This record gives sequence, structure tokens and C-alpha cells, in this order.
Amino acid sequence: MVHTSLDVVDEKISAMGKALVDQRELYLGLLYPTEDYKVYGYVTNSKVKFVMVVDSSNPALRDNEIRSMFRKLHNSYTDVMCNPFYNPGDRIQSRAFDSMVTSMMIQVC
Amino acid sequence: MDAPEEPLPPVIYTMENKPIVTCAGDQNLFTSIYPTLSQQLPREPMEWRRSYGRAPKMIHLESNFVQFKEELLPKEGNKALLTFPFLHIYWTECCDTEVYKATVKDDLTKWQNVLKAHSSVDWLIVVVENDAKKKNKTNILPRTSIVDKIRNDFCNKQSDRCVVLTDPLKDSSRTQESWNTFLTKLRTLLLMSFTKNLGKFEDDMRTLREKRTEPGWSFCEYFMVQEELAFVFEMLQQFEDALVQYDELDALFSQYVVNFGAGDGANWLTFFCQPVKSWNGLILRKPIDMEKRELIQRQEATLLDLRSYLFARQCTLLLFLQRPWEVAQRALELLHSCVQELKLLEVSVPPGALDCWVFLSCLEVLQRIEGCCDRAQMDSNIAHTVGLWSYATEKLKALGYLCGLVSEKGPDSEDLNRTVDLLAGLGAERPETANTAQSPYKKLKEALSSVEAFEKHYLDLSHATIEMYTSIGRIRSAKFVGKDLAEFYMRKKSPQKAESYLQGALKNYLAEGWALPITHTRKQLAECQKHLGQIENYLQTSSLLAGDHHLTEEERTYFCQEILNFASQHTDSPGHKVVLPMHSFAHLRDLRFTPANAVVHVGGVLSVEITVCSQMPIPVRVEQITISVHFSVEKNSYRKTAEWLTKHKTSNGIINFPAETLPFPASQNSLPALELYEMFERSPSDNSLNTTGIICKNVHMLLRRQESGAALDSPSGVALEDGPHVLQCGDVTLAPGANTVTFRTQAKEPGTYTLRQLCASAGPVCFVLPHLYPLAQYDVYSQEPQLHVEPLADSLLAGIPQKVKFTVTTGHYTVKNGDSLQLSNVEAMPVLCHAENRAVIYSNAREKASEASLRVQSSDKVTSISLPAAPAYHVIEFELEVLSLPSAPATAGESSALGVTEAQRKHKDTPKAGHCMATTDHKVRRGWDCSACGGGLRSSCLF
Repeated sequence: MVHTSLDVVDEKISAMGKALVDQRELYLGLLYPTEDYKVYGYVTNSKVKFVMVVDSSNPALRDNEIRSMFRKLHNSYTDVMCNPFYNPGDRIQSRAFDSMVTSMMIQVC
Repeated sequence: MDAPEEPLPPVIYTMENKPIVTCAGDQNLFTSIYPTLSQQLPREPMEWRRSYGRAPKMIHLESNFVQFKEELLPKEGNKALLTFPFLHIYWTECCDTEVYKATVKDDLTKWQNVLKAHSSVDWLIVVVENDAKKKNKTNILPRTSIVDKIRNDFCNKQSDRCVVLTDPLKDSSRTQESWNTFLTKLRTLLLMSFTKNLGKFEDDMRTLREKRTEPGWSFCEYFMVQEELAFVFEMLQQFEDALVQYDELDALFSQYVVNFGAGDGANWLTFFCQPVKSWNGLILRKPIDMEKRELIQRQEATLLDLRSYLFARQCTLLLFLQRPWEVAQRALELLHSCVQELKLLEVSVPPGALDCWVFLSCLEVLQRIEGCCDRAQMDSNIAHTVGLWSYATEKLKALGYLCGLVSEKGPDSEDLNRTVDLLAGLGAERPETANTAQSPYKKLKEALSSVEAFEKHYLDLSHATIEMYTSIGRIRSAKFVGKDLAEFYMRKKSPQKAESYLQGALKNYLAEGWALPITHTRKQLAECQKHLGQIENYLQTSSLLAGDHHLTEEERTYFCQEILNFASQHTDSPGHKVVLPMHSFAHLRDLRFTPANAVVHVGGVLSVEITVCSQMPIPVRVEQITISVHFSVEKNSYRKTAEWLTKHKTSNGIINFPAETLPFPASQNSLPALELYEMFERSPSDNSLNTTGIICKNVHMLLRRQESGAALDSPSGVALEDGPHVLQCGDVTLAPGANTVTFRTQAKEPGTYTLRQLCASAGPVCFVLPHLYPLAQYDVYSQEPQLHVEPLADSLLAGIPQKVKFTVTTGHYTVKNGDSLQLSNVEAMPVLCHAENRAVIYSNAREKASEASLRVQSSDKVTSISLPAAPAYHVIEFELEVLSLPSAPATAGESSALGVTEAQRKHKDTPKAGHCMATTDHKVRRGWDCSACGGGLRSSCLF
């Protein structure tokens, strides 16, 4: 049911988004701590939201690591969006994106 | 100074602590000056420059003046800072050289020696000059004053260590001035002493910290040392700095725990790993929890004790700093991290103990914050506290489940035992809260005492949390809590209360397209509806779940079976039908007409083949699949001819239905596309471009409010249509995946048939697809017999026999053996007879059906062709040779007709259905309808 908590995250992003005057900082930081997970958020300039859920017992993940992971994710996402054959809103089926995400996961675990 | 003579009481760690300044010398003098001094000292701030690049601070100094005693001076190695005398002052009002030499000098020397022995360099000698006294003795002391003498004797290079205070108790400008100088001096010296001693202390502390890798190092000892520093900062009202000390300790400890988890254990840490025996929550009402501090000092504290103490101190300081919201935020972090740390350190914790601790702590923090903020402040900062509320709710829920308080039957003996154990771990209520009616301790105890009390407390908390979430616009969180609440209600067997929460959450998820939460909520909802006996809703939810790919095969099969069971059980109850939307059950992929152009003549057979993808996990036997058809007659009869229909319908007979986006009709998808237009505005005078831009023409469509009332999968929209025209197919078993179902129908009345609804029924359950889109239609036509006469060449040349193709379309008429076609000839163009003529009969779909020979009998006026037998809606084609005689006049206007054809039927009942027309370039005779075109022989004949 982590998904449900993500729901809350979205809300928080929108709440933060309003307050965020300086739009250059895309990383939203820790949004929603729970006992077992930490939820981090990132929002692009076009208000695309990335959410990452991390096991809170994993001490290797500090703010900076999360931030760089989000950057990577964002770059990869931008690449996907630039694909002229991709319809915005569709499920992302790019192999490059997939492998990037997988590599990120492996690196963390 | 209230009681300078009293022995120093044991250190009390309260806010009342002040830096200690000792006084020696004339005590009576000091006592007289003390009130003014203590009042004046803190009046003006002093800039404190700090080492290590820390920003200078303005501080108001206060001091605790005590009588000088040798015991007060710290022994070597004593690290206590709070009891450390920062400054030593010697007071004297001696103005007589003799007296000075006799007593004061000795006394001073003694004092100085003691100080030197303890290597204390922070001292000050104050000489109080009294005009009244001085006047009496002016003649006695002309040259050097006592002050000079003292300076000479004691302050060899530090003349600033001796200050004169003139007439301290008078109210004159001179007095004022001397006070000011004195106070400034005093403050400066105090600060110097602080800087020096604290700096030294900090250095020592750092050295101690650097030793932390050594085996004998103890965190508790270090904790005490650094806390001492924190106390001093707190004493100096430097809460920020004090907080930093605690934060450092906090971080250091956390790091150790993390390292321990990574396998790098410190010896002292194992001590914190002892099993948790008490879980009485945070105590934030006292500035310092001495009990816990002593435990730490004795190195007996558990992890929870240490964390509690540390947090209590941080909380106190944060509240001094007027940052209650940070307390709330830190509290949540602390609670989470404590739970994690206990897990990491593998500390054994009785089940539920942590839940108790967290619950108590949450409430304690909340009450503490409430205690120092007013209502309005609380309300505007809900966002900070709501996390704690929801955490407390969660924990209470967990406790309730653990102790068997959330069931119909109530707790059993095992549950009760557990409850007793948990309550025992709470210990006795603390005296600070004993008189508070709503203390966390009392709440928890009461909540665990009985099923009813638990329900009350849990509901209170839940509702409060939901309300708070809603008020700050975190609807999703509110829904999530609502789901928990629904689960609680389900356990309590009151599904009617649960339903609304589930529906609310589901609506929210559906609107945003969150697949997994939708599935989960639907599962709960299905159970709820089952209990409520809402058959229709239950079946609908079941069908959605059975087709849900996020569920396991077994679960889907279970829900599918539920529907089938219902269908088979209620076969005998007539009339009542449960209508469910089709999209959950199956998805119509494509539809194929045979014949491909979807045009069929009356009496012809049309088959419709649909491909349906069943979403069900198991094969489902459906008694009947029907497509209801809407029938309409078009007025224009021409459009119903085969020709027109064949010409205008070019489709290959397959209609593909787009893959439905269901079950996620995400709101964005249903929005119409942007209609953007360029806009140029030119100035009227010189036609130069003024503005340009893009206009969105359908803003009103895009920006209108989403109708919140439109339920996304309400069954209300589905109505079973009962038309007279229905395509049916009985007893079909739909396997999972693609299935092909074929409908056959014999066309009856001519007209256009539009396929409207697809309905699969099994017993009383109908799955209905209310609208087929894109539109699928087929046409039925009825055609009169027709004759086409067409020359093979572009134009007929006179004098040469040439071939002309005759095409007879039979239409609805069946040509029998012996039927003949009669053509009345024009003199100028007789039909030449040959012995052998063959006619080919084609079916309506231009497939060759048969071949037959023709008999042509030609007379002067009439050519009679006996047609071969052909069924209705077939085409007979044959070619005849004609010869146009050159002598024939070819004037436009009035001319002789080439031929008149007339089918003479042997049957009398067949009327002359029509006329035939054939023209070359001539005009038509006998008023026939004509479609003459220039050039060639183009005729269309109507019987």
C-alpha cells in the first residue's frame, strides 16, 4: 500500500509548489516519513512529479544521494519525452529508461 | 545576593542557574551594593566575540554572586562548568593607608595566592570610594591613593584589574559614571573569562571526543560532559548554542547506531541494546528529567531512555526559542528513527510496547505544544502537528488489533494478558500529569481497558485526524485514514459505516487513476457490499475485480465464481435482471461484417463476427449474447440500391474498437484536445502588426470544473435496451482472452440497421455495453430487376457489327427457366443473332455462379432472349452483337429509338414492373426516364 502514501505525497507537492517561489530547486526533499519508508519527491518545471520510496532502514541513502538519483531520473525522463514516437501520457516503454531505473535500484540495494 | 553565607546548595539544573562570581573582602560593603549591581548588570547587552569563527552575539549577562571560599575553586581535572566560578572579585572600601597595610594587603595577598594556586586568573579588585569617608581623611592621604597602591602591589601589568567605584549608593552623575565604567569592566572581564574557560572546556571535550575509538570510551560520560556545556549556554541564555550541543550528541549517537548496524559495534552501545522494559513515553513537562539523567549518568539508561531525555531537552530549548512547530516535526522524526534504531540494534521489545511508547509520546508532544500555543496558532499550524495525530491514530489502531479490542467477540484471555503486560510496562503515572484529566497516560490506559472505550478513543482520534487533513487540503491523506477507519468498521461488523469511507477513497483514486489503491479499495468494498447485501453493487465490484490484473489468479477466480454462482442460483427468479457494465467483463475488440461491405439484400444472409476479449480469469458460459439493433428506413430509395451502397461503402467490413482506457478514465484523458489558433492584430492605420498570439478556442471546455458528482462507474448509466431487432447468439463459452462470436441474420426489411448495444447474459446477470462506438451499421436493400446495356467500345461505329454487353441484375426477382428478355429493336440497329451465346451468372458478391447458354430469337421488331434460371440478387451477363445501319438518320431532337426492351413474363401475375431504356445518341421515346450521356451507348434499363 505504499502507493496510497504516494497519493499523499502528490498533495504535498502541490502544496509545496505554491510556496516554492524559486522554481530552480526541483528537489522537494523528504516529503512523508513513515515508520518503514521514506518518501522523497521531485517536481520538474512542467510539474511532472517523481516520487521515490526508500526503506528507512537503509542508511546509505542520504539527501544528496537521493537528489542525484532524482537528477538522473529526470534526465532519463527528458530523453524519453524527446522521443518523437512517444505520446505523452502513455506508459513509458523505453528500454533505456527501464535499464536506467533498474541500475539505480541495483546500486541502492 | 540573598544569602551569600549559605553553603552552596547542590547544583540544580534549572533555568535559574547563573554564572557564578565569587566575592571576597568586605562582605558588608558588597551586601550594600548587591541590589544595585544585580539590577544593573543585565541591563545592557555586551557583544561576545567567539572563537572558531562563530558569529559574535549580544548577550545580557547575569551573575550569581557568592561568597568566596576556597572549596569553590575547581580542583584539577574537575570538569563541572556550572559550578565553575568565572570571576573572583575582591571588595574593599579601605581608604586608609595604615589600615591597608595592616589588614587589607595581607588579606589580598592571601586571596591572590589561593587563586594562583588554582591557576585562576580571572579576578578583579574593586575599591569603593566613599566621599563622606574620604573627606574625613583628606589630610591623611594626600599623595597616593589606595587604588594606586593596590595597583602597584597586585596588578603589576594589569592595571585594569583594579577598579574604583565612587559613591555607589548616591545618585549623582559622578556616581553614574563610575558605575558605568565598573559595569563595563565587569562585563568585559566576565566575557573574557567565559571565552577562555569555555574555550578550554570545549577543547577538552573535543579531545575526549577524539578518543571515542578507544575501547574504554563511554558515550554516557561524554554525554555528561557535552551536556555541561549545553547547560552553560542555556545559563547564558544562548539556547541556540545549547541546542547545537544536544544536536551534536544526537547525531553522534545516531551515527553509532548506524555503524553498529553496519557491523562496527562499539562496546558501550551493547548496553543500550538491553531489552525494553518500560515504555512510558516522552516526558516534556519538566525542563530536565532528572530521573533519566541519572540513569544516563549511571550508565543504566536504555535506548529509549536516552532518546527520551535527549528529545525532552531539545524540546525545552526549542520551546524557549519559540519554535514549537519544529518540536512537532522533530518528534515525528525521533519516533520513526527510534523504532528503526531498535530494529537495527535488534533490541527485544515486547509486542505493542513500541506502539504504546509512540502513542504516548505523540500525545505528550501534542499536549506540550498545545500548552504553549493558543488556539489560533494551533489552527494555523495543523500541517505540522497532523503527522503526529495520524501517527498516534495508527498506533492506537495497531494496539487495538493487538489486544483484541477490534473484534465482535472482544478480547480473549490471551489478549487480556497481553494488555496487562503492556499496561505494566507503562509504570505508574507521573506526578506532573496525575491531575490532568486528559493525560496521555490516562487516555491509553482507558483506551485499552475495554472495547467500548477503545472504540471511542479511536474514533475520536481518527475523526480529528481526518478533519485536520481535510482542513489543510490533504484530501488524500484524509481518505487514507478513512480507509483505516473503514477497516475498523468492517471488523466491528458495521459495514454500512465503512461503505461511505471506502466509496470516498475509491472515488478519489479513480479520479486520479491509481491502479493498486483502486484494486485494494475495491476488494474491501466488495466485502462490505457483500455484508450489506447490495447484490447489484457487489456483483459489479466483483466483475471489476475479476477482470483486474493486479489481483492474483485465485482472487480473480474467486470473484468471477461469485458472479457465476449468483447467476446460477437465481435462474428461476424471472423478471429481475442485474445489469452490469460490459467493460469489466469483456472488451469488444472488433466487429466484422460478411459480406464485407455490410450491404445485404432482402432475404440475404448477413453475418456479424465480433471478437470479444474476455477479462475473466476462467471460461464463462454465457447463455446468450445479443446485439440490439436500431432500425431506420431512409426515404431516398435510390440510396438503397446495390449500386449506391456498393459504391459508397468501401470499408472492408471490419470495425476496430479502440482499446478502452478503462478502468482508468483519468480526468485528463477525457478532456478535449486544445484547439489553438493563431491570432494577429494589426493596427488599423498602417496595417502593422500590433499583437500576435495564440488563442485557445475551447477554453470553456478545458477549464470547466470537473463534475464531482459524476460517478465513474455507477451502474445507473447502463440501461438495457429492448428493441424489436436483435441479433442473437446462444450458449457461448467465453474463454479468457479473445473469443470470436458469430451472429447470423437473415435480412428482412430494407433499411439501415445500426448496432447499438452488446449484451451478454448469464442467468439474471447481464453485461451490457451500452453503446458501440465507432458506429457499426449494415444496410438491407430491396432492388427491382435491372438491365444495363453497355457497348464494349467507347462508341459504336456504324456499319460494323460490334459487341454490346448486357447485364441483368435480377434484384428481388427470381429468374426462372423460360423467362425471357424482350428487346424491341430499332430498325437502324438490329441485334445480330448467333447460334451460340453464353451467359454468365454471378452472385451478388461478383462470384461466378454458373454459366448457361442463351437462346436469342430475333424478329424484325423484337429480339427475345430467354434467360437462364437465376436466383434473386444475382447478375446475368452476356454479350450480343449489334449492327448500326449507316443509313439511319442521326439528328438530335427527334429520332427513332434504338431499342425497346421489355421483359415479357410468362406469368401473368407479374406486372410490367418497369421500363427499359436504351439510347444511343438519340432521344428517348415513350417518355422513358433517361440518363443519356454524350457519346457511346450508355443505357440503364429498368424493368
